Amino acid sequence: MLELDAVNSGYGAAQVLRDLSLRVEAGEILCLLGRNGAGKTTTMQTIMGLLPLMSGRITLDGQDIGSLPPHEVPRAGIGYIPQGRRLFAGLSVAQNLEIGLQVPGAGKEVLDEVLDLFPRLRERMDQPAQTLSGGEQQMLATARALCIQPKALLLDEPTEGLQPSMIEAIRQVIVRMRAQGVAILLVEQRVDAVLSVADRVAFIENGRNGEVLSAEALRQDHSIVDRYVGV
Amino acid sequence: MEFGPHLILATLEGAVTAAVLALTAVGLSLVFGVMRVVNIAHGEFYMLGAVIAWYVAQMVGGHPALGFVAALVIAPLVVGALAAAADVTILKRIEYDPERTIVATIGLLYIIQQLTLMTYGPEARPVEAPFGGRVELPWFDWFKTLFGMAQPWGWSITSYKLFVIFAAGAVLCGVWAMMARTRIGLLMRATQADRDMALAFGIPVERVYALVFGIGAGLAALGAVLIVPIQQAHYLMGVEPLLLAFIVVIIGGLGSLPGTVLAALFIGLSDGIISVFFSPTLAKILATLLVGLVLVFRPQGLFGTRTA
Repeated sequence: MLELDAVNSGYGAAQVLRDLSLRVEAGEILCLLGRNGAGKTTTMQTIMGLLPLMSGRITLDGQDIGSLPPHEVPRAGIGYIPQGRRLFAGLSVAQNLEIGLQVPGAGKEVLDEVLDLFPRLRERMDQPAQTLSGGEQQMLATARALCIQPKALLLDEPTEGLQPSMIEAIRQVIVRMRAQGVAILLVEQRVDAVLSVADRVAFIENGRNGEVLSAEALRQDHSIVDRYVGV
Repeated sequence: MEFGPHLILATLEGAVTAAVLALTAVGLSLVFGVMRVVNIAHGEFYMLGAVIAWYVAQMVGGHPALGFVAALVIAPLVVGALAAAADVTILKRIEYDPERTIVATIGLLYIIQQLTLMTYGPEARPVEAPFGGRVELPWFDWFKTLFGMAQPWGWSITSYKLFVIFAAGAVLCGVWAMMARTRIGLLMRATQADRDMALAFGIPVERVYALVFGIGAGLAALGAVLIVPIQQAHYLMGVEPLLLAFIVVIIGGLGSLPGTVLAALFIGLSDGIISVFFSPTLAKILATLLVGLVLVFRPQGLFGTRTA
């Protein structure tokens, strides 16, 4: 279970998150919805320790990860799939995965498990990461995070700019991870894509908590989505 | 004064310059590539390497080779450790902010330079070469007999200079192997590609930075130990290598190791050749002009990749 308790954070003097609290259970997909600049990516970067925690607590299965140095956070079991993929350019597919594997000190079995989810990567192991197609890059970013064998997974707009078949492939992996008991925090712009996988939806507005609703309720009443995300 | 023999001699002298320059510039390039730190104090780490080599050679005594080999091991390690300490105590504190690191390393430059002046003194002191002997270049023998000339001065090269060229080549191969083939090299390249993602994947970036800064300074020190039997150790000797290393790194492409080595070869060789046939000043003028042209027409350097 990943839990944020009254988290304040931001960039230098510019505070973005204000007393934000979230809870993602193991085996649950929580979707974070909000307008641009509401603090969705900031939330993820704060969890990863990439932005300093001004106050508040972040815990994973009871372990305080908010006080860890940034490079210890993934070791605690958090896999991060950032917006724009941010693969290690200049490194091959295999080397990108190796960086993921060295976090828990995992070996070949984990790599094989992950590659079974993304068979296309197996054919491209020696290719430089930046030469992959957009969809393959997203697969690699996801595979890299799965190599950590995470207890919690943070996905920041994983389907951005992908063709439908790729979106479906990524979606299936997310659902599979949920079945394995991973706590999944998902940020996504496309509300329809979210509602089909999410268990609960948390709205965020100007860095503050909005309502938290079950996805089921939103599927029936779309008006609340328009109020927070409104186009 | 025939052209041919002079050209070969100038090329060999240039190759010595190029070899040491490549070591220094690769150190600078590594630090910039991985850490995005412009290290103005790089030349002083070079100078420290030469000065420490002199101290070590004095202390060891005995056959010159003993002192030299000891210096070859000790000087880069000591300088690397000093640099890593400077990284942890200074650069880390200012969070590797680009402008502040420049100012901080300028400060470091003067501190190291003046401390050396206060302790080591203003004299230039030589370290004896581990082995002497001159290698006759076969081409000249043929040339002599053909024209019946007497042995002219300097138409041969000391075996030590050939050793410098090969030693630098071997070390550069070692650096390449470290970056391309080892675990720590992989972590360095990942850190270079994306610092935040390196952190998000458990790479202890601070330790990688300290190591890279140490290795960069150690390479400069190693270059200086190699050159000190030829040039003597002096507290101001770091100025010119710093300038040349920046020229090389800019031409080769910031952060590109192959580009840096090729540019070092080019600048070193042309420096040797132009210095012999025209004047050393012209060599510097042309090198600086080339930097200007590269900056105007290909700002990422000849082998650099433009980063988004």
